[in-house]
Amino acid sequence: MTDTLVDFDVVLTKYDPALGLEVHVELNTNTKMFCGCPTAFGAEPNTQVCPTCLGLPGAMPVVNAKAVESAIRIGLALNCQIAEWCRFARKNYFYPDMPKNFQTSQYDEPICFDGFLDVEVEGEVFRIGIERAHMEEDTGKSSHVGGTDGRIHGADHSLVDYNRAGIPLIEIVTKPILGTGEKAPLVAKAYVSALRDIIVALGVSDARMDQGSIRADVNLSLAPKGSEKLGTRSETKNVNSLRSVERAVRFEMSRHAGILDAGGAVLQETRHFHENDGTTSSGREKSDAEDYRYFPEPDLVPVAPSREWVEQLRATLPENPALKRTRLQGEWGFSDLEMRDTVGAGALELVERTVAAGAAPQAARKWWLSELARRANDTGVELADLGVTPEQVAGVQALVDAKRINDKLARQVFDGLLAGEGTPEEIVAARGLEVVSDDGALSAAVEAAIAANPDVADKIRDGKHAAAGALIGAVMKEMRGQADAGRVRELILEKLA
Amino acid sequence: MSELITRTAAELADALAAGETTSVELTQAHLDRIAAVDGDAERGVHAFLHVDAEGALEQAAASDARRAAGETRHLLDGVPIAVKDVLATRGLPTTCGSRILEGWVPPYDATVVATIKAAGLPILGKTNMDEFAMGSSTEHSAYGPTRNPWDLTRIPGGSGGGSAAAVAAFEAPLALGTDTGGSIRQPGAVTGTVGVKPTYGAVSRYGLVALANSLDQVGPVTRTVLDSALLQELIGGHDPRDSTSVPTPVTGLVDAARQGAAGDLAGLRVGVITELAGDGWQAGVMTRFEESVQLLKDLGAEVVEISCPTFVHAMAAYYLILPAECSSNLAKFDAMRYGLRVVPEGDPSAEAVMRATRDVGFGDEVKRRIMIGTYALSSGYYDAYYGQAQKVRTLISRDFAAAFEQVDVLVSPTSPTTAFALGEKLDDPLAMYLQDLATIPANLAGVPGISVPAGLADEDGLPVGLQVLAPALADDRLYRVGAAVEAALTARWGAPILTTAPDLEDLR
Amino acid sequence: MAQISRDEVAHLADLARIDLDDAELDHLAPQLNVILEAVASISGVAGDDVPPTSHPIPMTNVFRDDVVVPGLSAEEALSGAPEAEEQRFRVPRILGEEQ
Repeated sequence: MTDTLVDFDVVLTKYDPALGLEVHVELNTNTKMFCGCPTAFGAEPNTQVCPTCLGLPGAMPVVNAKAVESAIRIGLALNCQIAEWCRFARKNYFYPDMPKNFQTSQYDEPICFDGFLDVEVEGEVFRIGIERAHMEEDTGKSSHVGGTDGRIHGADHSLVDYNRAGIPLIEIVTKPILGTGEKAPLVAKAYVSALRDIIVALGVSDARMDQGSIRADVNLSLAPKGSEKLGTRSETKNVNSLRSVERAVRFEMSRHAGILDAGGAVLQETRHFHENDGTTSSGREKSDAEDYRYFPEPDLVPVAPSREWVEQLRATLPENPALKRTRLQGEWGFSDLEMRDTVGAGALELVERTVAAGAAPQAARKWWLSELARRANDTGVELADLGVTPEQVAGVQALVDAKRINDKLARQVFDGLLAGEGTPEEIVAARGLEVVSDDGALSAAVEAAIAANPDVADKIRDGKHAAAGALIGAVMKEMRGQADAGRVRELILEKLA
Repeated sequence: MSELITRTAAELADALAAGETTSVELTQAHLDRIAAVDGDAERGVHAFLHVDAEGALEQAAASDARRAAGETRHLLDGVPIAVKDVLATRGLPTTCGSRILEGWVPPYDATVVATIKAAGLPILGKTNMDEFAMGSSTEHSAYGPTRNPWDLTRIPGGSGGGSAAAVAAFEAPLALGTDTGGSIRQPGAVTGTVGVKPTYGAVSRYGLVALANSLDQVGPVTRTVLDSALLQELIGGHDPRDSTSVPTPVTGLVDAARQGAAGDLAGLRVGVITELAGDGWQAGVMTRFEESVQLLKDLGAEVVEISCPTFVHAMAAYYLILPAECSSNLAKFDAMRYGLRVVPEGDPSAEAVMRATRDVGFGDEVKRRIMIGTYALSSGYYDAYYGQAQKVRTLISRDFAAAFEQVDVLVSPTSPTTAFALGEKLDDPLAMYLQDLATIPANLAGVPGISVPAGLADEDGLPVGLQVLAPALADDRLYRVGAAVEAALTARWGAPILTTAPDLEDLR
Repeated sequence: MAQISRDEVAHLADLARIDLDDAELDHLAPQLNVILEAVASISGVAGDDVPPTSHPIPMTNVFRDDVVVPGLSAEEALSGAPEAEEQRFRVPRILGEEQ
């Protein structure tokens, strides 16, 4: 069946969108939610399992304290209330990748509830209400054999690896997001992006959407303009990039409008998003008969975080990433473009630390975004993993500022740093990179250059100072680059005055 | 039959310590007894689903070697034990009496199993039980019933009929049981043995295949109160793998048993529970119970009657909470990771295989309870059933709390009847459920209880049990009172009650 | 409380993934009703002011440290598997979708 799609601008003339986002964050704890199995990504199948996460008869769960701590910190960063007392509950349904055929989750007593997150889209701030953030466990992973593309449909059988089963997840659910109008797709994207930034700043997850450590489900419904009642929603599952979040909202708005325009009813169902063409397709119908038979997990006791603990954790919260960005931009005097490039390159924290180590903001930005970004790109690593520290960069810049080396020589210092030859100071000494500041040697080189280029010297004498460049080049060549070009220029002009 | 097997575990421990016997000798004696009387699904006691002669003798030899080297690990090192088949045993089949787990060999040990192994107790084998511990007669075992050593045409109680019968038939001096609504105490009562359900959380449940997690508790099954005390002290204590395990160890049990055996209960306040007696109770059971109460008075206790009005609702609450929890617990048996897999004709999906396997693999009682539990947890019924049952649970705990403000222990008959005939109640679930009327309240409130033999009913000559209940963590009181009653009654009878049980035919 | 119909029993069996045939439904449905009638007496016993008990011995905050402990080898994990392939549990084709 082909969907009838309504042009996005037309959708907005007739309908108001309502958004809802459910984001699953896989925590980066050492061990699983309820057992001591490791959580490393990419291990051999079924090597990170034990009786508990394999759901063997008789095994029992014990809560990972670090996961509770991470849940509370996420909740606090999202301005949530932290429950004084809450329980885990069993969500009962059968599925082969779920070892116990129930998921240990939280139901009507989430650990975090009633918060908000402000996100900015094109200068407008939207306050996204957070309904709840609760703790649960991940499922195993099935691969489907036979049939096409490893898809579930048409497969002959499936193979299940339970390494992922039991890894802690925090599910963060928004309240319905209303009044976003044409910005709905951007607001959805901005929310997930802001949430991801917070998760990164908290250090509680790898926050890799491509590896599934952050997974977003996008709920969308349309209501006729001015209507008080929300429409029927679709739930697009596992949207795994920021761009996809935006596209999924956009597509679903057009699709819903097509159905409603034709007088049809939107099905309450799950949808799958297709990265290749930005469309969604029907998944499972969500009927009222779906009955998870939640009840409190009898093998776990309630979690009652003391207010002291909550306040201790609040004190560990990092600055809100969005606010921090605004603050740093002001302090550094970066343009919007410079700031965006810095953030985009993943260099914000590196620049911040370089500045903290004494470098000027523009100099710090210049090194990280040009010379070092190029090297990271060449070797295919993240900037932060390049092997040069912000302190070292500040050290290099200090030498430049002292006119002991120039930018060109600085690049050789970075070579030395990457080769592990010691501190910038040691490298300059060992490689003999320091610029020649002995005026005697420089003077001789300048006079030689003047003698070798009488035509150029005459032009300078006639006041054409721009011609000095040719002589500077000759002197620098003679000095093998180890001269302060500014000082060379001064000497030339003095001698030809 | 070797005389060794009639001795208590404490006596065997003494004999080992004195060098009068070896662990190999007494383990072999019990294996011989099993070979003689246990039989199979068709005849004999059929207390065991799996006997591990080789493993037990190996452990016994190791125990003897330790003793020779002066490295004995525990008082009971070398004394053999039987383990209910609901506890995971690494390398030994663990079926829970169910077809769906036929042949499953766990890759890990339950904490209590690891504990008894570490203490050096040779494991004789795994004992029969109602499927997943659902039942009061052991007839719901998929592998055929256990028969009561007092009369092989009668039930040994349940769900732990195998452990109780093994001990009663001198096939093992000690056994581990589990008690969710009476599965240790009621079999103890109807086989003339001692069974204790400790305080909830006093013994680790890790590795106990859960029936109803908030009710289940592992406990000792023995012939004497002292032996139970020795075994509970061994297996009890905090386990970091069980989140519901109580942090403080329950201690002083052996001392309490020894003190009780001296026979002085002066100053003890005893409450007789009004609601746990009456017209529906077998006359011979009530007669022995009333004698026991008189005996307590004779030993110096002060006896009063106490009403626990909510107890009349305990059974209804229990048969909602238990099925709800078990419907979820048993969902894991789905033919995907372990156990039975039934593949229907054609090209069945995983779903179809799950459905077919669960139909073939579960017996009727299990299916009944799974469906009741599924119903009770359904949205729309949750508040009326499960929610209400959890509130009644609160009221029952309050009844206990109020009672224990007035008295130190509560007493009742353990079970309303003596052992009934095999098959009598098999297809009448409610009649079967009534067996646990007196034992269920303790599980709902988490308090400890013991059943000790109170004599034989006049009308059928079968054992009757006296139940003693104490406040949470006051398990020592059970042992003090139980040992006092045991000592006084044994003195009155002139010998332990089991010496009057009929001889069992040697089937070899 | 209402009786449950044969259809409802079939629905419960479906939720519980038990493939009951007609004969079993005929046998079990009346038994379930007898049990439900017996437990229905619980209705109204406890008022709204009574808190529910989910754990008999009240405790809170039982946690473990985030420290790896040895688990099972893949061989042990798969030891009970009805079928295994490529060190994974082999299961029949899956009809539905993940929740």
